[in-house]
Amino acid sequence: MARKNDKRDDEMRDGTSTAPAGPADSRPPSSFLEVRDLRIHFPTDDGLVKSVDGLSFQLERGKTLGIVGESGSGKSVTSLGILGLHNRRNARVSGEIWLDGQELVGASEEQVRRLRGRDMAMIFQDPLSSMHPFYTVGHQIIEAYRIHNDVTRKVARKHAIDMLGRVGIPRPDRRVDDYPHQFSGGMRQRAMIAMALSCDPELLIADEPTTALDVTVQAQILDLLRDLQREFNSAIIMITHDLGVVAELSDDILVMYGGRCVEYGTVDDVFHAPEHPYTWGLLGSMPRLDRERSERLLPIKGTPPSLINLPSGCAFNPRCAYAELNGGKSTEERPDLRDAAPGHRVACHLPAEKRRQIWNDEIAPKL
Amino acid sequence: MIRYIIRRLLVAVLLLAIISLVTFGIFFLLPKLAGQSTDDLAARYLGREVTPEGLAGVKAKLGLDDPFLVRYWEFVQGMFVGQEYKFGTSITECPAPCLGYSYRTNEPVFDLLLDRAPVTFSIALGAAVLWLLAGVTIGVISALKRGSVFDRASMSAALAGVSLPMFFTGLVSIWLICRQLKLLPTPRYHEFLDNPATWAQALILPWITLAFLYAAMYARLTRAGMLETMGEDYIRTARAKGLPERTVITRHGLRSALTPIITIFGLDIGLLLGGAVITETTFSFAGLGQLMLQGITRSDLPVALGVTMATGLFVIVANLVVDILYAVADPRVRLA
Ligand SMILES: Nc1ncnc2c1ncn2[C@@H]1O[C@H](COP(=O)(O)OP(=O)(O)O)[C@@H](O)[C@H]1O
Ligand code: SF4
Ligand SMILES: [Mg+2]
Repeated sequence: MARKNDKRDDEMRDGTSTAPAGPADSRPPSSFLEVRDLRIHFPTDDGLVKSVDGLSFQLERGKTLGIVGESGSGKSVTSLGILGLHNRRNARVSGEIWLDGQELVGASEEQVRRLRGRDMAMIFQDPLSSMHPFYTVGHQIIEAYRIHNDVTRKVARKHAIDMLGRVGIPRPDRRVDDYPHQFSGGMRQRAMIAMALSCDPELLIADEPTTALDVTVQAQILDLLRDLQREFNSAIIMITHDLGVVAELSDDILVMYGGRCVEYGTVDDVFHAPEHPYTWGLLGSMPRLDRERSERLLPIKGTPPSLINLPSGCAFNPRCAYAELNGGKSTEERPDLRDAAPGHRVACHLPAEKRRQIWNDEIAPKL
Repeated sequence: MIRYIIRRLLVAVLLLAIISLVTFGIFFLLPKLAGQSTDDLAARYLGREVTPEGLAGVKAKLGLDDPFLVRYWEFVQGMFVGQEYKFGTSITECPAPCLGYSYRTNEPVFDLLLDRAPVTFSIALGAAVLWLLAGVTIGVISALKRGSVFDRASMSAALAGVSLPMFFTGLVSIWLICRQLKLLPTPRYHEFLDNPATWAQALILPWITLAFLYAAMYARLTRAGMLETMGEDYIRTARAKGLPERTVITRHGLRSALTPIITIFGLDIGLLLGGAVITETTFSFAGLGQLMLQGITRSDLPVALGVTMATGLFVIVANLVVDILYAVADPRVRLA
């Protein structure tokens, strides 16, 4: 497979991709992907929508970061922001996104476009609406491959068939000429994955890749992603509202609420010893096969906040059962994201001992 | 795809058969409803010297007293294999495609059509090309530059275009461009085969007049369609692949936005022809419209019938082309 060809070398030589574009004090990080204080705001007629407001995380090659949160917490806006897919006319993006030593927020649109599809790719929630209905699946993969690789149509077609085979589509030499509507939902998502991986990107963002699929198919797609990650050694950002999915697949977990990170750490930290009341809520509302729906212990009350008018203090306070334990602090002051333990960050006013006590005594036994 | 085309072709032929039957029926019945006997019709055909023998001869020759289906059958036969009109010893050969002779001028209807149809169809086709090109281009630019000066100006012009009647814009443009500014000679129709340049020069004003109205409509349609498709998920996917924005717009956005336009265009072909007739009248071209008017006011059945068949054929063929284009554009149609 002839990939990572000379197109990239040209770019390196002309120097455009190595010039530092961020603020003067920013140095390239050691991590493969590092996001620093990312803010994505949309000015609208109703006010400023702060969809992402100060998000930071990092990710290494071959590792998976899970981003969890209810719908409307800013997950998709974050992933589109990393790919530079927000229209610069109606989105205000600030902060830094370092991908393999290259800063993307300050880079030109053309520079970011060249990285898209080649170094970073994305899988979307609904594969049917995400594929063009008028082009064959093969055509769409070939198109993705040929933008970044200077190959003939014939070579690209062979590559497309090869990719379709690798994501487990039977008879790929025939299916390559089918249209998206001729595929089943699961097969369509496989084709979408084949398309995303066609240029062997080092970063793959999967935005709720299984939400639109049947439960049985969901498991297959997740298995496939896991296998492909081993094969391609790419970094994956797995976005979902299902903490269970994330826990199975990820190395790190980032919990988002109201456009901000409320808890961030390894799976062991966030899934097995969570310290934020919102994470407890997510755990409590996870569907469990061995329990009746009514027996679920900690459903989160209320609805996600409006991103135009976040509640003052801790954004979670109207829904939090422990807000009163802090003597008014929860409604007045926004809690910073602080290390609860090395690498385990939590944004909550409750004292660390108190959180661990609540988790151990009240929450964990009921889960 | 082949099967789809064959299916559409069969439908087109069937439609043509139905149109011919219905129009033939109407023109067969009309004189009767108006209280005219076949003698009156034959009298028109004879002109001045009306004699009983002459009447009988014409009636026999044209088969005016034959039953409806016999006459229809002869009409159909005439189109495919030609027809012979016998009257005593004189035999008139009418080679296929034979649509009969004008009752008034005794000219073969087919020759009349050959003379007139190019005028009307030239206006219609040229205007259609112009309106689609202009409408779609303006619509796309407006959508991409939504809210800009260009968008607002062109959409206001489009509103004017939709509301101004054709004979108004036509007459104003002749007055302004030909009489006042003398940029162009007053249009006179020329055969395309004689000299394509003079043909186009004569038609440019009619084309613009007719296209203006529809270009305005299509600009609005395209703008709306383009705004909708550019918000689709697959556009986001195309961008996520790293396609240059120009490719995203044309191959992914426009491709989808154009498909419904094709369908709407198919529905507008009848309007297009009607518009062409109004335009040719405005510019005093001798086209099918004038011929039809003559045919009807003078109860010249073969002429009226011929014009109806010609326009029917135009609409059906145009629709066939549109259907095939639509299937090429949207695979879900041809695979359904
Ligand atoms: N282009 C936009 N303009 C204004 N608001 C937006 C835009 N895109 C997203 N938002 C808002 O940002 C919030 C977060 O959306 P999203 O990231 O899609 O949430 P999710 O976590 O469900 O993926 C939502 O409230 C949404 O309305
Ligand atoms: S800061 Fe207060 S309201 Fe927010 S999560 Fe902690 S306890 Fe609940
Ligand atoms: Mg989302």
